[in-house]
Amino acid sequence: MALGKRPARTKAMLRHSFDRRSMVLGSIQGGIGVLLAGRLTYLAIAQNEKYELEAESNRVNLSLIPPRRGWILDRRGNPLASNKADFRVDVIPDQMTDNAQTIAELGVLLQLTAIEIEDLGEKIRQSNGFTPVEVASGLEWERFAAVSVRLPDLSGVVTQRGYSRYYPTGPSVGHLLGYVGSVSPEEWKAEDKTPLLITPGYKIGKDGIEKQFEMPLRGKPGGRRVEVTAGGRIVRDLETRDDVPGKPVQLTIDGPLQDYAARRIGLESGSCVVMDCHTGDILCASSMPSFDPGSFSEGIGRIEWKMLREDDHVPLRNKVLRGLYPPGSTIKPMVALAFMKAGLDPEESVHCGGGLKVGNRVFHCWARGGHGQVNMARGIHQSCDVYFYHFAQKIGMDKIAQMARRLGLGQEFPLPVAGQSYGTVPDPEWKLRKYGKEWQNFDTVNATIGQGYMLVNPLQQAVMTSRIASGKEIMPRLLLTKKTPDFPSLGIAQEHLDFVHQAMSDVVNGPGTAGRARLPLEGIKMAGKTGTAQVVSLSVSGGKTGPWKYRDHGHFIAFAPFDKPRYACAVAIEHGGGSSSAYPIARDVMTFLFDPAKALEKLHRYEEQWGGTAQERLDRKYAEYAMEQSAPLANPASGETDVQNR
Amino acid sequence: MSQSFVPDPVARQPWQVIAPLLALVLLGAAVLYSAAGGSMALYATSHLVRFALFFAMALVMSRIPESWYRALAYPAYGGVMVLLVLVELLGAMGGGSQRWLNLGFMTLQPSELMKPVIVLVLAAFYHTLPAAMTASWRGLLPALALIGAPTALVILQPDLGTSLAICFGGFVIMFIAGLPLRWFLGAGAAAAVITPIALFTLLHDYQLRRVTTFLDPESDPLGAGYHITQSKIAIGSGGMFGKGFENGSQSHLDYLPEAHTDFVFATMAEEWGMLGGLFVLLVFGLILRWGMVVARNGTDRFSRLLAAGMTATIFFYAAVNLMMVMGLAPVVGIPLPFMSHGGSSMLTVMICFGTIMAVERWSAKPRTFT
Repeated sequence: MALGKRPARTKAMLRHSFDRRSMVLGSIQGGIGVLLAGRLTYLAIAQNEKYELEAESNRVNLSLIPPRRGWILDRRGNPLASNKADFRVDVIPDQMTDNAQTIAELGVLLQLTAIEIEDLGEKIRQSNGFTPVEVASGLEWERFAAVSVRLPDLSGVVTQRGYSRYYPTGPSVGHLLGYVGSVSPEEWKAEDKTPLLITPGYKIGKDGIEKQFEMPLRGKPGGRRVEVTAGGRIVRDLETRDDVPGKPVQLTIDGPLQDYAARRIGLESGSCVVMDCHTGDILCASSMPSFDPGSFSEGIGRIEWKMLREDDHVPLRNKVLRGLYPPGSTIKPMVALAFMKAGLDPEESVHCGGGLKVGNRVFHCWARGGHGQVNMARGIHQSCDVYFYHFAQKIGMDKIAQMARRLGLGQEFPLPVAGQSYGTVPDPEWKLRKYGKEWQNFDTVNATIGQGYMLVNPLQQAVMTSRIASGKEIMPRLLLTKKTPDFPSLGIAQEHLDFVHQAMSDVVNGPGTAGRARLPLEGIKMAGKTGTAQVVSLSVSGGKTGPWKYRDHGHFIAFAPFDKPRYACAVAIEHGGGSSSAYPIARDVMTFLFDPAKALEKLHRYEEQWGGTAQERLDRKYAEYAMEQSAPLANPASGETDVQNR
Repeated sequence: MSQSFVPDPVARQPWQVIAPLLALVLLGAAVLYSAAGGSMALYATSHLVRFALFFAMALVMSRIPESWYRALAYPAYGGVMVLLVLVELLGAMGGGSQRWLNLGFMTLQPSELMKPVIVLVLAAFYHTLPAAMTASWRGLLPALALIGAPTALVILQPDLGTSLAICFGGFVIMFIAGLPLRWFLGAGAAAAVITPIALFTLLHDYQLRRVTTFLDPESDPLGAGYHITQSKIAIGSGGMFGKGFENGSQSHLDYLPEAHTDFVFATMAEEWGMLGGLFVLLVFGLILRWGMVVARNGTDRFSRLLAAGMTATIFFYAAVNLMMVMGLAPVVGIPLPFMSHGGSSMLTVMICFGTIMAVERWSAKPRTFT
């Protein structure tokens, strides 16, 4: 019809055309019908599995129930770390209808500051939309309830009742237990991207015991399958599998003692270790100043971190394991044992005139006036350096080093800790290896009074003390087990031990250097040994006074009761200005073991002077620091610059 | 014959189509009942009541003689045009777009009425046009004007789906009226060039987004592609036999948008499966085939064009809606006849249905009485 010159259309032609074209129309309709039927079949049959899965993943929302973290217990079963109910509020940005309005309302309900509200708005803008953004955690019940009852009007807001880590004694256990924190991307990848790890609010052990026992403490997550609408409203619970809480970890630590020792260290920077002389149980391993693991676990603020970093008392270092010090005279009982083992008669004496010439240099005794005639007993309880200078040269360094190692110095112990700095017990072979130089007499002289190359950590000092006290090869342990270990004898003659015990008792209870360390208790005597370690040469600073960081380290090792050793203790105070900074602490800690009430009374008097407990002082220090940091322009710390200029 | 049992006026109705249609409407009511969460009152009752009313209307229409239809064609067209302008004015006064006129007892969408009316007026136009003029400008321009005027008004609303439906109905009449084929080919070629340009200039943002996401719905699963994706999930997850009555999770948990209107087919397919879907296709197939047979048996040009055009209008509804819900066409917001909840669209398809019944009557009369 359309070909060539247009023929004039007639009714018949139009009728004909209608018939053909309506056939075409019908065929198109039929064709589309077939197409639709084919498409329907394809969707419902060929792709059924795929879409069934998608419908199911639409319908069912699987949420993990994070397992409650196992408690960390002290030896009596009291918690050193537990969990407290934590009320938190999150928002899911995708489900929010009116962001500004909701944020403003949350701000009122949760009493957020203007800065917090601004931060929240920013976090929501930057979020990917489907993962929850934390609004607040650690809420009081009233605040939490205020939000909960208004949930129907606050679209996208989720309230959750979870758990957060709680450390009842705060900073006292900081270094020992470590802390928990949110998972880093690296940690997440290392664990095959376990979904549990990125559950909002979920935390893992980051340091100390929390990290070492992460797996047993963690437990198994539960799951909750719920049917949800497109809007996120939960229609019904389909299935809930309860979480399996983590297993508790019980330590040998005596919680109250750990706290007492930490607080007793007071304003000093130092550590205190107490061990059981029979079992090797570490009863306390306090290192102060410390951080508050609770505040670390909530996610430490930038300012708090800066404050801890800047502190010259290194609150971020666990001094029990990581602090290395020249032990000073605390090694003299050990050296005396080495002397006797080498056959030295304890009655053999030497005249101390305040110094001894070794080579072309005079080594002074700490008592410049001299001690007169000194035998071994006096050598120990008067801590006469000349006695040890003299006989150490005769006996030789190798035998002293041997005894040092036998008693645990330089040793790394099999403990579940993040790391130990095990220091140095020097001997001729070591010096040759390390410096390529021959051992000299003055090296022996230095080492024998715990100076020079000799470096130990406080735990080693405690182990040494426990071994001297018991005569057994005590190994420290941190994890409490039902079976108490049995340790072999060190093979040191009992009369040698008795001799040293008596001499150490005389340090405290006799005419010795630490008379003020006597226990205020009837019938219980403590034996000990003082130690003062120089940090810099006497030509730089006197050691007792002067700039803090040049002052002498103060040490004290002790065990009690002296006649039936039960507890061994080692205190190390950095730059304490001598052993007098250390032995009062050892005395009070030891007192606490036998008469807690008496010891606490003393501590409370001290804390009144110091301005509160360790936790209180830390909190106040932080508040002051934060204030100073947040208003740097207001008053440019004029006092501080004055001090430096002086 | 069945005269002895059934009265003649009843027996003369096209039961081979009405019976499946009733089944389809009942299925629609069941789906709406389920979509409302097991409530008749929300959608299903009004669906059935409307169908009853409009079916009665269709029966009445089927008894109207052909001469009335022809006589009323132009006045009806004029009337609906007035309503369209009225809607436009009301919208302008209200400070936004408006598609409805509130009649008190129901809201009327005049653009819906234009779908059958454009078919009616063009059938009347070509019926009166001398055969020889069919291939001249006099057979083309008045028709284009008749289509163009309402289309322009509806596009202004803006309602892309309805304006396409009006154009479709109009062009189908022009096609079967016997206009030269090369005009259609030429227009098709021109459309192929102009459409992309028009798409990016004339369409509103949300309309354009629907078109682009149609091409790749998964690219934006939570945005504009959401509708198509969720609809496919509903249909696909239904499988062969469906999840069972009132067990569709996609519709009941609100994943499926417009579960009771535009996406009612997906709601149905999720619960009744592929078999339910094929049943719907079969019923539409029966209705459309019946419409085309009636058209071909038409005794004159007017009735043939009218019946074919009305059939095409029903077809357009069903085809575009089904292609949309199965991911073969963009989301244009066209309901599924006889199943979707909504008064205006049901009114339109029942007008089409009644008109086809009327044409069948006109053609049958001579046979019955000679």
